[in-house]
Amino acid sequence: MRTAFRCAAMLLALQIMSARVGLAGEVVKIKITDLAFSPAEITIKEGDTIEWVNEDFIDHTATANDGSWDVAIAESQSARLQFDHAGTSKYFCRFHPDMTGTVHVVAGK
Amino acid sequence: MRHFPTSFAAVVALAALASPTFAADQPSDPQIAHIAYTAGDIDVKAGQLALEKSQNKAVRAFASDMVRDHKAVNEKALALVKKLNVTPEDNGTSKALSEQAAQKHDELSKLSGAAFDKAYVANEVAFHKTVDGALETTLIPSSSNGELKGLLQTGLKIFQGHLAHAEHLASTLK
Repeated sequence: MRTAFRCAAMLLALQIMSARVGLAGEVVKIKITDLAFSPAEITIKEGDTIEWVNEDFIDHTATANDGSWDVAIAESQSARLQFDHAGTSKYFCRFHPDMTGTVHVVAGK
Repeated sequence: MRHFPTSFAAVVALAALASPTFAADQPSDPQIAHIAYTAGDIDVKAGQLALEKSQNKAVRAFASDMVRDHKAVNEKALALVKKLNVTPEDNGTSKALSEQAAQKHDELSKLSGAAFDKAYVANEVAFHKTVDGALETTLIPSSSNGELKGLLQTGLKIFQGHLAHAEHLASTLK
């Protein structure tokens, strides 16, 4: 009986976790190739996640101009950041300041 | 005999690549690979020296970028020559570059503080201008292997960014 209760509790917990993942929004990819973010400008919804996919053989970062966030993206790797608040962020690569991009986050559904 | 500053001598060595005399006798792929690797290695060593000597945050960040990127390009170059079964070939240009870089390294080693920072960054501007020029006018057009040419083209894009970064940094140093 106790085991059955535990199983039910675990299932419930899993369901809640998946519901949360569902609410977390979509994953939107930005490619980094030949020292450029592509697309360089993107619009996403609150709660969406950006995944930067570094196809270069050198390390990059995606760093907010105002310093509010900083994502390291090692060569040939990916890195993600979730955007929870509406607004516009301009960003650049700290290692290669000529690389720039803009993320517009609009209010959710 | 007048003694030219070594950064000037290094510029002459690479600039000679674009001269009509050299154009008649274009470098082979193994020579190009060696010149490109040597230039990258010189800048890695210069960056490591800056990390040992400089206390300036912006100069140290720039030096770290140089070490990281030039090491990555050289690792890629080594993997490529291995894949293509090519042995990089030492040549007059790469030898001259190495000798002059050693002299420049000695010059910079004797400096400290703001004098070091200014001299290091000024040399980075001159060096990247020359390397970018040599890549554009001689090394890329002369390379016959497509993969080597592609790597040099990516390298040029990276080094053009380094030049812009170095010029900006130089303008901020007093």
